[in-house]
Amino acid sequence: MQRIVVVGNGMVGHKFCELYARHPRRGDFALTVFGEERRPAYDRVHLSAYFTDRNADNLALATREWYEDAGIRLRTGELVIDLDTERKELRTHQGKVEAYDYLVLATGSVPFVPPLPGREKKGVFVYRTIEDLEAILDHAEKLQRKPGARAVVMGGGLLGLEAAKATLDLGLATEVVEFAPRLMPRQLDEAGGQTLRRTLEGLGLGVQLNRSTTAIGGNGSITHLDFADGSRLATDMLIISAGIRPRDELARKAGIAVGPRGGILADAYLRTSAPDVFVIGEAALYRDMVYGLVAPGYDMARVALGTIMADADCACMPAAIDLSTKLKLIGTDVASFGECTPTPGAARSIVFHDEAAGVYKRINVSTDGKRLLGGILVGDAADYNMLHQIYRNGMPLPPQPEDLILGARGGGGAAGAGVLDLPDGAVICSCENVTKGAICQTLSSGEACSVKELAGCTGAGTGCGGCKPMLSDLVEAYLKSQGKVVRNTICEHFAYTRQELRDLVILKAIRTYDEALDTVGCGNGCEVCKPALASIFATVFAETANPQAEIQDTNDRFLANIQRNGTYSVVPRIPGGEITPDKLLAIGSVAKKYDLYTKITGGQRIDLFGARLDQLPAIWEELIAAGFESGHAYGKSLRTVKSCVGSTWCRYGMDESVSFAIEIEERYKGLRSPHKLKGGVSGCIRECAEARGKDFGLIAVEEGYNLYVCGNGGARPRHAELLAGPVDRATAVRYLDRFLMFYLRTAGPLVRTAKWLEGLEGGIAYLHSVVVDDVLGIGAVLEQEMQGLVDGYRCEWKEAVNDPALRARFRPFVNTDETETLEFVGLREQKMPKPW
Amino acid sequence: MTAYTSISHEAVRTWYRAGRTEVFPPGAGATIKYGDRQIAVFYFRRTDRWYACQNLCPHKLENVLGRGLIGEQDGIPKVACPLHKRTFSLETGENLNGDCPPVAIYPVKIEDGYVYVGFAD
Repeated sequence: MQRIVVVGNGMVGHKFCELYARHPRRGDFALTVFGEERRPAYDRVHLSAYFTDRNADNLALATREWYEDAGIRLRTGELVIDLDTERKELRTHQGKVEAYDYLVLATGSVPFVPPLPGREKKGVFVYRTIEDLEAILDHAEKLQRKPGARAVVMGGGLLGLEAAKATLDLGLATEVVEFAPRLMPRQLDEAGGQTLRRTLEGLGLGVQLNRSTTAIGGNGSITHLDFADGSRLATDMLIISAGIRPRDELARKAGIAVGPRGGILADAYLRTSAPDVFVIGEAALYRDMVYGLVAPGYDMARVALGTIMADADCACMPAAIDLSTKLKLIGTDVASFGECTPTPGAARSIVFHDEAAGVYKRINVSTDGKRLLGGILVGDAADYNMLHQIYRNGMPLPPQPEDLILGARGGGGAAGAGVLDLPDGAVICSCENVTKGAICQTLSSGEACSVKELAGCTGAGTGCGGCKPMLSDLVEAYLKSQGKVVRNTICEHFAYTRQELRDLVILKAIRTYDEALDTVGCGNGCEVCKPALASIFATVFAETANPQAEIQDTNDRFLANIQRNGTYSVVPRIPGGEITPDKLLAIGSVAKKYDLYTKITGGQRIDLFGARLDQLPAIWEELIAAGFESGHAYGKSLRTVKSCVGSTWCRYGMDESVSFAIEIEERYKGLRSPHKLKGGVSGCIRECAEARGKDFGLIAVEEGYNLYVCGNGGARPRHAELLAGPVDRATAVRYLDRFLMFYLRTAGPLVRTAKWLEGLEGGIAYLHSVVVDDVLGIGAVLEQEMQGLVDGYRCEWKEAVNDPALRARFRPFVNTDETETLEFVGLREQKMPKPW
Repeated sequence: MTAYTSISHEAVRTWYRAGRTEVFPPGAGATIKYGDRQIAVFYFRRTDRWYACQNLCPHKLENVLGRGLIGEQDGIPKVACPLHKRTFSLETGENLNGDCPPVAIYPVKIEDGYVYVGFAD
């Protein structure tokens, strides 16, 4: 048996072990690993997560037990200090000697600390190990007691910005000081850096560019930085993140060739100048470069292991290393791939820049317009995966390459290539080296038919997770291309669509959620199927949100809308937007008494914000006493029927639109549906009630009303389409009954009427044939079902305040009568939650 | 966030008596206050299991998790934050559908009809 020894138990060293543990011929080799740190390998990419939970276990890549089970000897806390490449043995700081047949140096790097005077002062840190973070946290905790405490991060690269976010989160005013004229100089161009800078400044981070630090000042502890231009920056803490230096001292001492600026020289098989000694990760100097990214390091681990094990299909390192990266920075996404800043004349650049939104996208295309050379994405990196694939695989570009970042405009159809157009060799998951071909093969063999199952079979998506969106696109597109139906079932607990589940509830007379799980579901339910079933019970049995409060979404459970700071808003029903002065006064006095922020809503009601959970029953008691009912603003249910003033006052009005709006709102109040429902009634074609922007809208014309359905405001505005008209009021209500009930029966969970109509085969013509022509012969049944729901209406707030058991729900803490302490700030004579 | 750290069963030094089991809603969550900390306690009625985690959602730092819907994913008990539907495992605290930091979880035991939550201090 041959002996492999790995020096270094960082991310790349661990990857080598993982690959070894999976290798079919691992039995021919014994593996020993030395780690200088106390802990087994951990995830340095997500190091800053440690600041939030201080739990090193969450960063661990493997446990000691894993190493034991894999038959790998792991010796942590042991530093290798000597290497004899002739006798093929090494010595640790404890004087122990270990012989090897193959040696893999995975010694990594150390943070580069510029030789500044004062760098030994208290309060100066680097950012690499858990111990570094511990020290930063301890120091920051002391500083938190000091008002106006400040931190400075030296270096505006990826790691520096991570560190800056961490100190900002720790409550310290933070400045980033960068030597270069822009942030992330390696990944971004001037405009990209500017965009990122503005976004970060908007988040409260200070950014100083073109800053050359000359000294760290202070008497024992740091108090300030001195810059070359003579200026000075006061600070209580400094984190240096000015790049990395490969750890090559062991190799250097043993006479192994290193580069002039450090790094152990490696060939394309990661062999060093000494026989049977390999180098991987950040310690390696390959093609005159040291790579501080994890993906090339993982590739190195793969190649080195393949070479040692003499795998027949062992590839060597590619001539050009892919330095593409995508990262989530503070509140924004940044990605770059390929050549981000090509020399002028060597490429054509296409740039999209939205300064207001903080989005900058640039792609560089070959001068003949055929190949993608690289690009930069700031603020919106959703296109990264696809662009990266097009770049890596040298795929042909669409005739208008700008479509790749702007999306196809007009003519329909997606821009450029779809996932299925990728070549089989395209690496989708670079952490686990899984290709598109391998994924499609796994899908076609039936081994897997979801992203989750793919992860189990191939490991795809289990590393950094960055490829997950692309994986899920690929799974869906591939299954579709194979003619397999992708059914929109509710969740893992119910393998039915909402419509099927609703039919089952009726057919089997299922009355409770538990019964549903036991008779037609499996497992114990989740946050998706609970509200879906609550909605079904409401539309079948007119059940309010009270009897099964535990399956209601939070808003329904507490009969109010949860707002940004965990307070609630209260919206009493004001049918048709008509309200008496007395009722206005009543709302005013409640708002005043409980210090609520008041605002008129778009649906012609009054919203009272900032109520604490415990205040809700008392507020409602008073509102109910003044004659109000629940406005159901919290539910997926009928909200309002907006109206214009109509013929009672308006000189153009064709009919009393307010009276009709009130009649309709009173009819459908409390109606729960797959998504929220809004209506409108306009007294003439001037359409002041904006009825065509609603789920249903009625517009008075000379001969009666035109009924429009499936409109939507919001993010995807859509005008409602004419369903029937002109018809008289009674007919309009009959058609509305049928239309709404048909929607309630057939729509998926959380599908608005506009989207539902889009998916309805035959569209509005089909809907017309069902509602008006009654081709299915269900018109009478639909009307009857709706009448049942109308008759079953109860104000759920009245139910709640009158029942002590239901009221108990509104206690914020079950173990004390204390109320929540919430922070508000003033806003134009009212209040608002303290900003995040 | 720094106030909350996961506690293993072995590390418990104080078993805090939070209240009688009946005051906790079955199949849902409730919140208790322990000093300045808010802890969400969940009773999974169908499996008869109890769990507790910090009430503070790490996503937007609001004290709301106790009001979230509970459920399971592949057998892992979880809570969904009512604000933006981030879900967290109640066994490990990890964010199951995103890249939020994990929540701290606390051991719970039931004795003589009382709910006890374990703390290290």
